[in-house]
Amino acid sequence: MAYNSVVLIKQVPDTKKITVRAMNDDGTVNRSALPAIFNPEDRYALEAALEVKERHGGTVTAVTMGPPAACELLREALYMGTDRVILITDRRAAASDTLATSYILACAVRTVGNYDLVFCGRQAIDGDTAQVGPQCAEKLGLPQISYVEELVELKGKTITVRRDVGNGYEVVRCKMPALLTVTDTFQEPRPFSAKALMRSKHARAKLELEKEVAAALPGADDKAKAAEVAKRAAALEAKKLLIGQWTLDDIKADLAWCGRDGSPTKVKRIQSVVLKGSGYVEYKNTEADITKLVHQLIDDHTIG
Amino acid sequence: MSRVNPKGEVWVFAEQEEGHLHEVSLELLSKGRQIADRLGVPLASCLLGSGLAKLPQTLIEHGADKVYAADDKLLAQYQATSYSKVIAGLVEERVPQIVVFGATAVGRDLAPRVASTLKAGLTADCTDLEIGDHVEPASKQEYKNLLLQVRPAFGGNIIATIVNPERWPQMATVREGVMVMPEVQKGRKGEVVKVPVKLTALDLPLEILERHRAAKRVDLKKARVIVAGGAGVGSKENFRLIWDLANALGAAAGASRAAVDNGWIDKDHQVGQTGTTVRPALYIAVGISGAVQHRAGMTDSAKILAINSDPQAPIFGVAHYGIVGDMNEVIPKLIQAIKAKQ
Repeated sequence: MAYNSVVLIKQVPDTKKITVRAMNDDGTVNRSALPAIFNPEDRYALEAALEVKERHGGTVTAVTMGPPAACELLREALYMGTDRVILITDRRAAASDTLATSYILACAVRTVGNYDLVFCGRQAIDGDTAQVGPQCAEKLGLPQISYVEELVELKGKTITVRRDVGNGYEVVRCKMPALLTVTDTFQEPRPFSAKALMRSKHARAKLELEKEVAAALPGADDKAKAAEVAKRAAALEAKKLLIGQWTLDDIKADLAWCGRDGSPTKVKRIQSVVLKGSGYVEYKNTEADITKLVHQLIDDHTIG
Repeated sequence: MSRVNPKGEVWVFAEQEEGHLHEVSLELLSKGRQIADRLGVPLASCLLGSGLAKLPQTLIEHGADKVYAADDKLLAQYQATSYSKVIAGLVEERVPQIVVFGATAVGRDLAPRVASTLKAGLTADCTDLEIGDHVEPASKQEYKNLLLQVRPAFGGNIIATIVNPERWPQMATVREGVMVMPEVQKGRKGEVVKVPVKLTALDLPLEILERHRAAKRVDLKKARVIVAGGAGVGSKENFRLIWDLANALGAAAGASRAAVDNGWIDKDHQVGQTGTTVRPALYIAVGISGAVQHRAGMTDSAKILAINSDPQAPIFGVAHYGIVGDMNEVIPKLIQAIKAKQ
């Protein structure tokens, strides 16, 4: 039997590339100075969903919440073989903490509907919280299986997986629908397919078409621009290349649970990490100096 | 949703598996004790499982005034759905003001589900907890005695302090090894509250077919001295020198992520943000450049000796002693000096 999957993915700043220049004077991170990448473990989550589709058939829908630039992430998902991609973009979702984010994503998953499995990366590298997956599962009333590193078997309405529990592993079976969070010990995500890339590089969301039309028809009035956008969108839609674009209204989210108001946690203070050492005692790479160091460590009872 | 209850207790989730309490739960009792005393409220521990026997008393001897014990066959194996249902129900009934969990595989799976059920805030992987006041910048409203939740973010590049002013309980998971283990007070008295458990098959959606627990071969957290190697070590053959120095010192061998990823040493030895947090008397960093992710796990060591051929390596910024040089020359000299002194 075939299984439909929804995968929750996120575009994140590449925190491994943070340099002095990426830090503002007030200690906050200047996101614009960092390359935006596909959150690493979300690629594994997408791989897991594509693996299910490959083995059993069904569809894979990828959903992300983010600014317009996140369309690039969705195109990458298409290049890997995703069937349908959706961008949740809405200013009212800004400043959402993990609870508000999971509420919004759960609303989106419900709107997609007709799913057997929901996949998330275990955690995103900007926050490293690992909270959105389990919180989404709770909001959707689904069982959660976290830290999945292997799909053992899908049979009828049950899924069996192997999960990494830190000090060992477990093989667990669960009825579907269920939500799985996937770790980077899962099989390596597949590369972009050349065929999918050729086809999907033209995929656009409506907000991208609006920009393109505005640039192409600078003199046109709003009505003419809107008509052109509608025309281009319909052409893309016919080829299944229109990136879905939803607001909080489209997913029937209650605004009280979204954005800043919907977020119980508040950031009180941000400090950039400063090296606390104020100079060190240097010992030369000589027998005499190294002996001196060892004696020093023994004398102050650090070793020995 | 739970209400704001400034008289509410401070709770520590007691993680146990097969009758063994997780160390982080005991560590959290020492921090919980401080916080509860500061707030003038009781410290309670929330313990779930089957056949708990003497565990409540152990928690009391580590500082808990009260233990909520849910002892039931259906709780024999941890599952997020069943455990979160019991804990969230108990929170709604008893209205604690703070609930903390260890940031273990279980804690990071369970706490978000509990928080989501309660629609409360949750801060992951805290490295410190304090009590303090807070003024919300937009509304200028002042809040007294909030839990200040300190955590690294952005790959360890920033330290954020998070508060949860209004949607209580204030919840956090706390990293293993960052709080000190409390002293055991034998015979300490406390109250054990039996928690009735009402679960059905629907609350146990997972069927655990196999369980494999690998005994940790190395316990870096207990080591007094750690010799750690990084990318600069260069090869698995060279990594032998790390072991040789560790053996000469009676130390544990540690590693940066790069060394683990290269397959020079097992992941159990990894120090840093995705590995273990350590605070030994002496940490010797060999060929480790000192990326923030690594530093996050070792800067609290009492003494740090950095050995690196690159004098610009950031590791020297946190070091107390430094030797700029090739480890292939430095380590044999160190071993020789140690052996001579013995």
